[in-house]
Amino acid sequence: MRWTVLALTLFVALFDAVGTAQAATLKATLISPESDPRLDRTRVERAYLGHPGGPAAEGVQVALDEGGFELEAAGAAVALAPATASSLESARAAAQAAEKAGAALILTDLPAAWTLAVADAVKLPVLNIGAPDDSLRQQDCRARLYHLLPSERMRADAVAQALVSRKWSKLLLLIGPSPADQLRAATAQASIKRYGLQVVASKPFKLSTDPRERDLANPLLLTAGSAYDAVWVVDSDGEFARGLPYRTVLPRPVVGDAGLVALAWHAQFERYGAPQVSRRFFKAAKRPMTDRDWAAWMAGKTLLALASAIPKGPNGAWAQALAKTSVDGSKGVNMSFRTWDGQLRQTMLLTDGQGVIAQAPIEGLLHPTDVLDTLGADAPEKLCKAAR
Amino acid sequence: MTPTRSPNRLAICSIFFCALWFAGGAWAQGTAYVSSEKDDALTMIDLGTLAIKGTIPTCKRGRHLQLTPDRKLMLACSDSGVADLIDPATGKSLRRIPLGDDPEAFDLSPDGKTIYVSSEDDASAVFIDAATGKKLREVKVGQEPEGVKVSADGKLLYVTSEVASLVHVIDTASGKVIKNIKVGKRPRRMAITADGKELWVTCELDSGVTIVSTADHSVLATLKFEVKGARAQDITPVGIQMSGDGKRAFVALGRANHVAFVDVAARKVTDLVLVGKRAWNVALDKSEKRLFVVNGLSDDLTVVDVPGAKPIKTVPVGRVPYGVVVVE
Repeated sequence: MRWTVLALTLFVALFDAVGTAQAATLKATLISPESDPRLDRTRVERAYLGHPGGPAAEGVQVALDEGGFELEAAGAAVALAPATASSLESARAAAQAAEKAGAALILTDLPAAWTLAVADAVKLPVLNIGAPDDSLRQQDCRARLYHLLPSERMRADAVAQALVSRKWSKLLLLIGPSPADQLRAATAQASIKRYGLQVVASKPFKLSTDPRERDLANPLLLTAGSAYDAVWVVDSDGEFARGLPYRTVLPRPVVGDAGLVALAWHAQFERYGAPQVSRRFFKAAKRPMTDRDWAAWMAGKTLLALASAIPKGPNGAWAQALAKTSVDGSKGVNMSFRTWDGQLRQTMLLTDGQGVIAQAPIEGLLHPTDVLDTLGADAPEKLCKAAR
Repeated sequence: MTPTRSPNRLAICSIFFCALWFAGGAWAQGTAYVSSEKDDALTMIDLGTLAIKGTIPTCKRGRHLQLTPDRKLMLACSDSGVADLIDPATGKSLRRIPLGDDPEAFDLSPDGKTIYVSSEDDASAVFIDAATGKKLREVKVGQEPEGVKVSADGKLLYVTSEVASLVHVIDTASGKVIKNIKVGKRPRRMAITADGKELWVTCELDSGVTIVSTADHSVLATLKFEVKGARAQDITPVGIQMSGDGKRAFVALGRANHVAFVDVAARKVTDLVLVGKRAWNVALDKSEKRLFVVNGLSDDLTVVDVPGAKPIKTVPVGRVPYGVVVVE
């Protein structure tokens, strides 16, 4: 495995950096799928909101590249090694190999089951940047598993909050055919309940032009027959949802996986220094920064924060410090990991794909300790049983 | 039971209005100039009436605004990549000085001959000859440099990096970074105490000010702000100004929608004044009786009566207002 040592070298000559001699290099390994169907050319070209726009390594790298001064000032160094996995077993093997090679942390951009296998295979902290699945924050949570990407529940809560703020409370729910859609629809229902919204009708849809299935496939037929304020579409694939806005029988907005979508990031976000981050990413990766890239970038920022706070390490010290680390994600708030499920609490952006329409938590919403915890599973729900 | 209006309360009311009239009117002639990011213009507020008296067209996306030693207005424009030098007497642009890509904040050498500007995109501090607009030097700093401050003797330049949470200390003669000071998260703006011994750095995501010794560049203390009813994460300090005698500091607390008055020697907050949304930058008038606070998210400016620590008036200004300068 090849370690690419970043930073440090450029500035050492200029400064008498205190403590560099004793500094340890924080090593991390990023495990990605070997052949990634999410990154097939046609899928990436469609650029469905919430879907990856390119390799996760690009976001991590942008963060590490911008950390030069911070690392230098602390006399610290970070090295990132890439690894790929073609199956759950090989993901596990890659994690074990990284642990053997001295990695302090593992970053994963993998399906939920593979992520879990990695977390169970090693004694290292795992930063999940690819799996939004609620299961990893709930029944399958792990003490050393941290999540930079918002959970499905956080996305659904953000949409529900936006609907509450507009008083669009009667909803038509359209649900796709995949198992992921079923799970995500249940999450949407939970958010709808949490925020006191009402489902007036819930219907399955199917991508088809078969006239015998038009009840399932025709947006006009699907959206007829009841009165609603908005249509909430659950479509993990993205193609049906993209064609839904402006094709409803009633002139009503679409939310969920098209129309108004809740994401961790959008390249058009204008506040809190966000444009600079998006611009740096665009310069490096030659494409707009997506929510997935933001999560990857935040994983890189987390590595920087750990290395510069504790330049000497060792690995155990970094693992311990991680739970208490807070990171600036250019969304105007200091972000930290929830103690109950390892999820990074954060502001969500509501976007129509063109710009950022609103932010969640919506203004005026209250919470006993931290208003960011109105998004996603909260402590009293005790959905994650693993002791952290 | 119905409440009755007592004569006492009426008397109190009239005293209150009297104070308002006294604070608001009959003041020295002058103008407060406000930059706003989305108008390409400065808004002028009359200091006597506290009403808007006009606008001055400027370069595009004006942000940091400062007076030059010869009392001209200098405005850095992020989109145009220039500084607009404006004569407050005529309200006309005298000339435009190229500042490079995406300039944000700047400061001037004590003689006014050199402009030190933070270039957000290039992550550098750029030295520019104010007369010719020639780039003299470029010093690489941490990502998203923001606040720029020159020491009173002009020998040292302090630049904050929002991403690296550092204050870079640059020797202006050699252009070398001589020290990187770790401060709180997302350092924004700076002020130097009147005796020159302390550098105060507002840290937006740290709810506080990091106080640095200018002698050895060590961190002396951290002042944390607290506002009743606001959580730490909603207290995001940005703008800061010290009084002429150096005894008080005025800090805009961002999303906490307040401005804090700080006793500099004691490092303690004495007053908190409610202003508009996302209080951003602040400026005092010459008599230091009034403080002008720019509110970035409510597109207005709040005038605060300093002795009474009370807001007097809020004036709507341009879209996304950023900086303010008072000329009397």
